[in-house]
Amino acid sequence: MKRTTKTRLTRGVMYLIFVAAIAALALAADWGAIQKAFFNVDIARDAFPDVIVVAAKNTIIYTAIAFMGGMVFGLMLALMKLSTVAPYRWAATIYIEFFRGLPALLVIFTFAFAVPIAFQWRPPGGGAGAGLLALIIVSAAYIAETIRAGIQAVPKGQVEAAHSLGMSGSWTMVSVVLPQAIRIVIPPLTNELVVLIKDTSLLFIAGMAIEQQELTTFARDSVSSVGNSTPLTIAALMYLAVTLPLTRLVAYLERRGARGR
Amino acid sequence: MTNEAVYDHAIDVQKLHKSFGQNEVLKGIDFHVDDGEVVCVIGPSGSGKSTLLRCINLLEMPTRGRVLVEGVDMTDPETDLNEVRSRIGMVFQSFNLFPHLTVTDNLALAQRRVKKRSKADATKCALENLARVGLEDKADAYPAHLSGGQQQRVAIARALSMEPDLMLFDEPTSALDPELVGDVLAVMKTLAADGMTMMVVTHEMGFAREVGDKLVFMDEGIIMEEGEPTEVLSNPQHERTQEFLSKVL
Repeated sequence: MKRTTKTRLTRGVMYLIFVAAIAALALAADWGAIQKAFFNVDIARDAFPDVIVVAAKNTIIYTAIAFMGGMVFGLMLALMKLSTVAPYRWAATIYIEFFRGLPALLVIFTFAFAVPIAFQWRPPGGGAGAGLLALIIVSAAYIAETIRAGIQAVPKGQVEAAHSLGMSGSWTMVSVVLPQAIRIVIPPLTNELVVLIKDTSLLFIAGMAIEQQELTTFARDSVSSVGNSTPLTIAALMYLAVTLPLTRLVAYLERRGARGR
Repeated sequence: MTNEAVYDHAIDVQKLHKSFGQNEVLKGIDFHVDDGEVVCVIGPSGSGKSTLLRCINLLEMPTRGRVLVEGVDMTDPETDLNEVRSRIGMVFQSFNLFPHLTVTDNLALAQRRVKKRSKADATKCALENLARVGLEDKADAYPAHLSGGQQQRVAIARALSMEPDLMLFDEPTSALDPELVGDVLAVMKTLAADGMTMMVVTHEMGFAREVGDKLVFMDEGIIMEEGEPTEVLSNPQHERTQEFLSKVL
């Protein structure tokens, strides 16, 4: 047998297996049940407009707060980690390793329930406030590592050129290093953003008032009140509407970055 | 040049040693550059010539010895390093232009941050210096859109925009395509003719012979030989110098 014939035959068999598997799944699935449980048009209609004006809106607000808080705090940690003062480096390293090593859910639990009991103090904003504080603290650790890597990816010659012109260390950082580092870290930071969008669903366990509910909590509550899973489908589509374009954007930025340098 | 009378040499290097870990790169260098002088430093790679240059504006911290620039001890912790560095122009082998800024902003940045010039003054000075290197039409371009030779001329203009008293060149033409070397050397020749004090680490023997007032041959971390360029090039005294020159000439 010729080699090309053999290749063609193998590929044909692979297609056949694929088609057979799909057909078997389609035949085995109970389409009626799936449609009733996940794609109920009446229930879907009832979810609006609250799923947009309350749930999706809150998801976006929570993501924005957690991301901006994480950026500010994370930039500070990154600069501390690169500091010439050793105790700053140690403090930043311990913080980053500690919170990257813990599940976000556990940190949210701690701020929502353990901290109020231990110190008789509640973070402002109820369950959502406590959960967001925890998300900021956790995301800062990841963002700090991303920014640190970006700063270190700026060629050493850039710093030397700035120094040779008489520029101080802080002016060099602000005018030469950070603008270039930010460009390098835009794709990984967008990935962090996508992770954060999904992680706002963890606020669910913090316990939230109706008007504070984000997509997942809203969907979960609707599921129990209407006895149907269609709200989960709507929430899933809402997440995908945001996360898919963002992940495509990251892929585009990475391709462009690989070409541009 | 405010304190011209106070110092003996523009650059005065005394008993300079530099080690990277166990590796001693400079093993006791003594030499000086006078005002208006053009000194070229040649030698095989790994001889320590770039390290010597980088010790002068303290991009590398000397392990022992002293470096005086216009009488100011660079190794003294009390010295305002940024102030002295702003008077020492430096040109790198890899250009090191700021890729996120336009050519004009590359030239204006340090003027504004270090000399505290207004945006208008900095831009005016930037354009004058771009004209000096023949690139005034590239004022709004980004470095990535320039050829290597153009980038290096912008780098020279950037250093000149700080109105330095002296200039250090670290193999300024080594990263260039052969046909672009000439433009950069031409700019450097004009600078030398204008009386700029220059220390040039280079492999361009023609430039050293034609423009240099003094030629220094370094090998294995020491100065093997120095003197008038044509003299050193045509009649090298030291065996190592003869060997090196026979390979490159």
